[in-house]
Amino acid sequence: MSLSLASGGSTRAASSSVTAATERTRRPIVTGTSVLAIKYAGGVMMTADTLCSYGSMAKYKDARRLQSINPKTLIGGGGEYSDFQAITELLKRNALEDKCTADSLYDEDASEECAREVWNYLRAVMYNRRNKMNPLWNDVIVAGFSAQGEPFLGFVDKIGTTYEDNIVATGFGSYLALPILREKYREDLTEGEARALLEDCMRVLFYRDCRALNKIQIAKVTKEDGVLISEPYEIETDWTSASFVVPKGALDGDGGW
Amino acid sequence: MSYMNQSQPNTHQPYANAYQHDGKSAETRNLKPGELSTGTTIMAIPFENGVVLGADSRVSTGTYVANRVSDKVAQLHDRIWCCRSGSAADTQALTDYVRHYLSQLAIETGRAPTVKTAAHLMRRLCYENKDNLMAGVIVGGWDPVEKGSVYNIPLGGTCIKMPFAIGGSGSTYIYGLVDSLYKEGMGEEEAKQLVKKSISHAMARDGSSGGVIRTVVVKEDGNTREYIPGNELPFGP
Repeated sequence: MSLSLASGGSTRAASSSVTAATERTRRPIVTGTSVLAIKYAGGVMMTADTLCSYGSMAKYKDARRLQSINPKTLIGGGGEYSDFQAITELLKRNALEDKCTADSLYDEDASEECAREVWNYLRAVMYNRRNKMNPLWNDVIVAGFSAQGEPFLGFVDKIGTTYEDNIVATGFGSYLALPILREKYREDLTEGEARALLEDCMRVLFYRDCRALNKIQIAKVTKEDGVLISEPYEIETDWTSASFVVPKGALDGDGGW
Repeated sequence: MSYMNQSQPNTHQPYANAYQHDGKSAETRNLKPGELSTGTTIMAIPFENGVVLGADSRVSTGTYVANRVSDKVAQLHDRIWCCRSGSAADTQALTDYVRHYLSQLAIETGRAPTVKTAAHLMRRLCYENKDNLMAGVIVGGWDPVEKGSVYNIPLGGTCIKMPFAIGGSGSTYIYGLVDSLYKEGMGEEEAKQLVKKSISHAMARDGSSGGVIRTVVVKEDGNTREYIPGNELPFGP
């Protein structure tokens, strides 16, 4: 059985004749939902909730879907959580190898992969698995800085599509949060503004996504402090609008819908 | 016999009737694409002089929450209510029919219909149309004969009187909780607290349940509705 992530999983065709001749793509079992990210004045900020669902069940409420790869790079993933854990392990292993085989013990910047390099490598991994019809079932956002020191935000999906932008989102976030983020985005967003904006979007997602939770993590990557990931915390929700409270199911109501 | 013949190559043939999961989840498999579902948590407990009914407020199409504050506790008659789960369209239609028949019956007989009658009307509709409906309903109310009573009418049209009833996709997560906390002969306040607590727990684990909790307490002298906002639940989401 192969332990290499990019090689397509266990060597199926070669392994015994007992297995079926063709392996199809599986379906995700334990899944994370949206991840959002936005560039701001000091760097890049990313957020995700801490829920992994088992089908429709909210099974794991303290899953960590934001991971730091090296002091300069942050990734966040939605989709199959086991595949995301495998990706995290792979990228962290690469980072460790880089650190241990660096030319100099002190010249850290040169040996660390920048976010753009991680993003590109991940693209190759995902596309390679897609070609073997056995994808890593994830949408991943890579955040950090490029080699030139510019804030970087890139997206990779399970078939190896990539793009980079000032604002990226996965899953439901790409439908519900992206328009909000695009409207409010400015190049000179302060950290507080960026965080409030992301929290607003996570609140909308909690209202409208069946697979979302109101407990989130926020992470940022800055030149001075590198990657910082917050502890999970709950966001507030509002249910007090008058039209919400008024019941509709009474005899003279409209049917309750 | 064919199995004595060893000349077949040693490749594994999948069994002809091997079970293949099609990837659809249990609660949405019968919904048509785009159809609304009240994948839900509903509950009703009778107490000495009445009934408490409760429900969450999430209506979903797939994984999108179409309505986060819906009202799933519908009134069938003055003192008879029902909790709806399953297809929103189907349960609304059923509720409309039963309301119509009950109001007719009340005029014809000159007195309020019993909860048993309402439940069996609902059952007739659910049973006769079982191939075309996806509706799980709990009928509860107060009448002078039985005082508070609760009838569970799941998919298929069974009608069964119960000491307490839970239903909807979220109910699977709270069977243990309700089994351990339910006691016979609870009073109004206890029953209400149990309903709120159980529904909160179901909302915490079921992706298709959420939002706010709406309860109705039905007694001889009136109906009292209550609204518990999503940030004041007894047990957090």
